[in-house]
Amino acid sequence: MSPTKVGLVCSRVRVEEKMLLEAFSRRPGVEVVQIDDDLIQAPLAGGAEPTGPAGDLRGCDVVLLRGLGHLRQLALARLVEAWGIPVVNPAEVLDTCGDKLRTTLALAAAGVPTPPARVAFTVEAALVAVEELGYPCVVKPTVGSWGRLVARLNDRDAAEAVLEHKALLGGALHKVLYLQAYIEKPGRDLRAFVLDGQTVAVIGRRSGHWITNTARGARAEAVVVSGELASICARAAGAVGGGALAVDLLEGPEGLLVNEVNSTMEFRNSVAPTGVDIPSLLVDHALALAERR
Amino acid sequence: MTSEVTIGAAECPECAALLAVPRGTVAGEILPCGECLAELEVTLLEPLTLALAPEVEEDWGE
Repeated sequence: MSPTKVGLVCSRVRVEEKMLLEAFSRRPGVEVVQIDDDLIQAPLAGGAEPTGPAGDLRGCDVVLLRGLGHLRQLALARLVEAWGIPVVNPAEVLDTCGDKLRTTLALAAAGVPTPPARVAFTVEAALVAVEELGYPCVVKPTVGSWGRLVARLNDRDAAEAVLEHKALLGGALHKVLYLQAYIEKPGRDLRAFVLDGQTVAVIGRRSGHWITNTARGARAEAVVVSGELASICARAAGAVGGGALAVDLLEGPEGLLVNEVNSTMEFRNSVAPTGVDIPSLLVDHALALAERR
Repeated sequence: MTSEVTIGAAECPECAALLAVPRGTVAGEILPCGECLAELEVTLLEPLTLALAPEVEEDWGE
């Protein structure tokens, strides 16, 4: 019986990718093909067969995308799906989760509680939106992560300054102004790891700063998965198309709110506090997709 | 220059310091230079080759 070939695509091997390689190495009958996406070039039309790293990718039974760039991953997911190979995560999921505007629309359409948010395209219109949301509020790039370029607008002066900077200095992506109500939280937010709709682990991300990404130094602590938490996570996962997801939630005064959904989960700081072998569960998820193929 | 704890050494492309690369390192991994603190990417294991790691780009993340 030939081994199950898993394509692990990344250009940078971080702690997470090393944990995944280790988890795959413990599985019998599995061959991991590590592919550097910097080296991929692949035919889209014209009948040529993919060669080199793209040819390696074409021969896989499932592909796990672990690259850093959202737009590159989205392109790769579309390519791999066109070949009929299952991918973690599917392009539609990456597309929805990688764009905060799309995520918010998907959550709202599914009735999942999420902070009030608005979109505007000019400084003048954004200021109207900000005044209606109330201070403080938050402006975020629609594409981006790790809390990068997320700004809290505490008052009109701050709003005018930040929005003017974005208008004058920002690239095209920053001309779509995503504004979100600021939710007071108890010194932490929640990060839930959700696989096929099941919440397998939850951490609290505690920080003295209002941005609570562990990439920005927040401390991770284990959180018990309540029925309410599992239910809202399952609904959020369903709203964006399922798969392997990290759902970020805020504990607002009126209950849980889904803030964002991440489609390329980082888990290095979450395994120890929760005691859950998240990379191994992600491996299970990928191998199950290969088996269903 | 291999040992029980390293797979060899390579020159930092930023400051030319000799950097010992720990055993278990894989291609694509990031190592900090102990001298100049630059982030270095292990681009090849054979021969051991280091390059300056790319700066974070706008769409990088989870």
